[in-house]
Amino acid sequence: MTVILNEGDAAGTTGAASGSPVDAAPEPEKAMTRGRLVLIRFMRNKLALVGLVVIIGMYLMAFVGPLLSKWTYDQQDYAAFLEPPYADHIFGTDKIGTDMFALTMRGLQKSLIIGLLVALISTTIAAVVGAAAGYFLGVADKALMWVVDLLLVLPSFLIIAILSPWFRGKSWWLLVIMLAAFQWMITARIVRGMTLTLKEREFVKAAKFMGQPARKIIAKHIVPNMASLLIIDATINVGSAVLAETGLSFFGFGVQSPDVSLGTMIGLYAESATTFPWLFLFPAGFLVVFVLAVNWVGDGLRDALDPTSTRVRRKEKKTKEKAAA
Amino acid sequence: MTTSEIQFDTPATPATEGPVLQVEDLHVSFPSEAGRVHAVRGLSYHVSPGEVLGIVGESGSGKSVSSLAVMGLLPSSARISGSIKFQGRELIGQNDAELSKIRGRRISMVFQDPLSALTPVYTVGDQIAEAILVHKKGAVSKAAANKRAVELLDLVGIPNAVERAKAFPHEFSGGMRQRAVIAMAIANDPDLIIADEPTTALDVTVQAQVLQLLETAQEVTGAGIVIITHDLGVVAGFADRLMVMYAGRAVEKGNVDEIYQQPRMPYTLGLLGSIPRLDVSEKQALVPIKGNPPSLTDLPPGCPFAPRCPMVVDACHTAEPPLVDVDGSAEHQAACIRTNEIAATDAEGAEAAVEIFGAEVADEPEVAKIPRDQRDIVLELDQLVKEYPVNKGVVFKRRVGTVHAVAGISFDIREGETLGLVGESGCGKTTTLMEILNLQKPMGGEISVLGTKSSDVDGKRRFAIRRDMSVVFQDPMASLDPRLTIHDCIAEPMQVHGYAKDEINRRVPELMRLVGLRPDQLSRYPGEFSGGQRQRIGIARALALEPKLVVLDEPVSALDVSIQAGVINLLEELKSKLGLAYLFVAHDLSVVRHIADRVAVMYLGKIIEIGEVDSVFDAPRHPYTQALLSAIPIPDPVKERQRERIILTGDLPSPANPPSGCRFRTRCFLHAQLPPEKQRQCIEVEPLREVQAEDHEAACHFAQIRQVL
Repeated sequence: MTVILNEGDAAGTTGAASGSPVDAAPEPEKAMTRGRLVLIRFMRNKLALVGLVVIIGMYLMAFVGPLLSKWTYDQQDYAAFLEPPYADHIFGTDKIGTDMFALTMRGLQKSLIIGLLVALISTTIAAVVGAAAGYFLGVADKALMWVVDLLLVLPSFLIIAILSPWFRGKSWWLLVIMLAAFQWMITARIVRGMTLTLKEREFVKAAKFMGQPARKIIAKHIVPNMASLLIIDATINVGSAVLAETGLSFFGFGVQSPDVSLGTMIGLYAESATTFPWLFLFPAGFLVVFVLAVNWVGDGLRDALDPTSTRVRRKEKKTKEKAAA
Repeated sequence: MTTSEIQFDTPATPATEGPVLQVEDLHVSFPSEAGRVHAVRGLSYHVSPGEVLGIVGESGSGKSVSSLAVMGLLPSSARISGSIKFQGRELIGQNDAELSKIRGRRISMVFQDPLSALTPVYTVGDQIAEAILVHKKGAVSKAAANKRAVELLDLVGIPNAVERAKAFPHEFSGGMRQRAVIAMAIANDPDLIIADEPTTALDVTVQAQVLQLLETAQEVTGAGIVIITHDLGVVAGFADRLMVMYAGRAVEKGNVDEIYQQPRMPYTLGLLGSIPRLDVSEKQALVPIKGNPPSLTDLPPGCPFAPRCPMVVDACHTAEPPLVDVDGSAEHQAACIRTNEIAATDAEGAEAAVEIFGAEVADEPEVAKIPRDQRDIVLELDQLVKEYPVNKGVVFKRRVGTVHAVAGISFDIREGETLGLVGESGCGKTTTLMEILNLQKPMGGEISVLGTKSSDVDGKRRFAIRRDMSVVFQDPMASLDPRLTIHDCIAEPMQVHGYAKDEINRRVPELMRLVGLRPDQLSRYPGEFSGGQRQRIGIARALALEPKLVVLDEPVSALDVSIQAGVINLLEELKSKLGLAYLFVAHDLSVVRHIADRVAVMYLGKIIEIGEVDSVFDAPRHPYTQALLSAIPIPDPVKERQRERIILTGDLPSPANPPSGCRFRTRCFLHAQLPPEKQRQCIEVEPLREVQAEDHEAACHFAQIRQVL
């Protein structure tokens, strides 16, 4: 959540600021808002920008690419079985003649959406539940932590197996929600612990004594101060969500044949990795690049949000020196 | 001290002739991200047997590093050159095993934080015994070492030492821990004791006890003592000689009396002038030293103090001045090219500082000219009570007791007035503050802010009151959200209370200027500012809503003395400019005397004396107030040595189980002298606050004036 929230926040405030008439002639001493500063600091981080471009590029590729290809993922070319990449099938074909490019793009679509959404939803739930439990304590804490403990002790795969007949044929949204529902509990516990210590910090008390309502204190002071943890958690969750989805698909729901995801493809073609490497390398390569790009963006965001990070500042000095020279 | 004579060698037999410690041209530097930090640059000093040398300086001046170098405790990345001779033996270049034979036996150290100086998992007795066993292995049996540990604990004034030796460090209070650390330091009868800010983490009453204990330790061991501190008051009565450090060098050294009376270096002058004095009743101008200590990575040529010095001339920037003899005596040296001109001023000590630094006293606020009883009441507490339950059990919590944190206190603050609330830690000051700031219905009694009672306000009204009341916290590091820019920090209260965006953008730079900061730094994060600047930002945030009452929770106790003066001056100036009322919570009575109009002294959840500040300080009626006042050191060695100090025995009793009758009687020196029938009155009847003089009340059955300053 924080990932998007902060980006949205940044965009929102800068948009509003540039739209307001007072800013028509910016005073030299005019201060930047947090959102704008974070955006500037993020933009300074080249690797994070590369990551962002890669993610956007993969989305474009996944959704626009199939339109440009003459093959679709559920079509078979009976003239080419297990062909390595060549002009007609740039990623090659599998043993029943499906175009690997069309298949990989279809899988990428699913995995991009599932990976990012699951990570965002589970981290958001973790942040909200953990911060609320830690901040309000009392009944809210008891109830929320009871839910956390319950979900932790329940064998998630068993539950999903029991529920799977009911899921069959329903939308992929259910899969996202199921995956997210079993990924947030441990983070929520960590978040709660951090909230307990943050709550005693004087700046939180100061906000309380100036009349800031609790939900705003959580959103403005508590969650941003845990941003490093949440971002790391979200980036790790992206990868694990894609893999967990593979596991669920194996149990017979989630993404079902002929529909594919990167996870199902990796599972399916893993045994051909040495004999027909293109079957395995393309989906696996895309997954690695995707997770790597998410990590870069996450690192960049963390550095941009963390005022003690010197990486961004040191670059600042260098650019200044360049300007002076 | 009969026991001690048996335990220690006679002080008159030093191992060798000459100084115990001779440091010559010591240089210490560390590698860092920004380049090499030259923490100590050419320091020379010596300590004779039985002599107390005070090293004074701001944080980062290299005073701790130089003594760690003596102990050989610097990290291996440090580069050390020069000479450190202990009893004629060179210490630099010795390996760790050789140094270990000296460390703890011939040289011992007392650290600042008594909690981290003791291992939490061993009993205090074991740790002291270990200090003996390590050095006298074979010569002393384990049982003998344990016996000796108990004797040492007894010597440092820990009651019931046999039992307490078996206690763990967390079962000791801060003062007792520091005593235990001192016991460990003198366990092997050292020839040199290095005390690094030994009283900084302690309460004033405990500080007095610990200083006296160090004096005792010096008497029984005959050791030379190096005492490091940032507080010129602490060393005034204790040290024989003084060395003032700045930017890794000694800038002035000499006999204590000479330095306090005829400082010859502007920095020393500034330090002296920046301390609020307990013994000065008229408004005294405090000298703030502007700016911050220089970075020690690449110092510009010239005097390192030049950028902050009011007497700077062009010649100051050419070369760093060496230490030269001043006033024709080799004992007193200062590093300044204009010492003669300072000597030419007629004024002495702090007055000269005021003259040279040009400090001014803030005007009285307009509203203060109206008689007090005609001004509006801003805050009124009436018999406020706050108790915490003490629970036991995990599954079934049962109440086993009550902590009476605040036990019925009453006071009022009127417009444009400062009330200082003082007391030891644990007396309920902070609880009182939190009760006021929370604005909830109190457990007992009543809080009213600007005439509105907190017991019958709804959420909306409470929100409205918050606008008139703001808070400045003690720790400038923790009170600003590290993830918000300064602009957002200061803007936050205005955003909460629905100010328009342009209004906020106009007011934030204005507030920055009001507290003496440059508005072009608004888009920086709090981490890029120094402690004093951060405290100013905290004050700017508190003033954003134009409140009537500002609650200040120890606003200067975390700051260096020179910075502290600037913040106090700012607070005074703001008060006169904006007609604010302050509730000023502090444990430093000199600061309270300087800034407050009225003062309330708290002890164990009760106000035991309250009144007009000069009346309370000049003619204290309650024995606790007298003890508190006498415990505060005065930065004047002559006065300080003549003062009679009332040392309170023991620590604050637990508020869960306060003594019957008068709560102070267990530590009261007056009570101890009374005949039994009068003592019974103290034990059975709780004294009520009675009027002693105009605007001066005290809660003691046998209140009498005692001059302690």
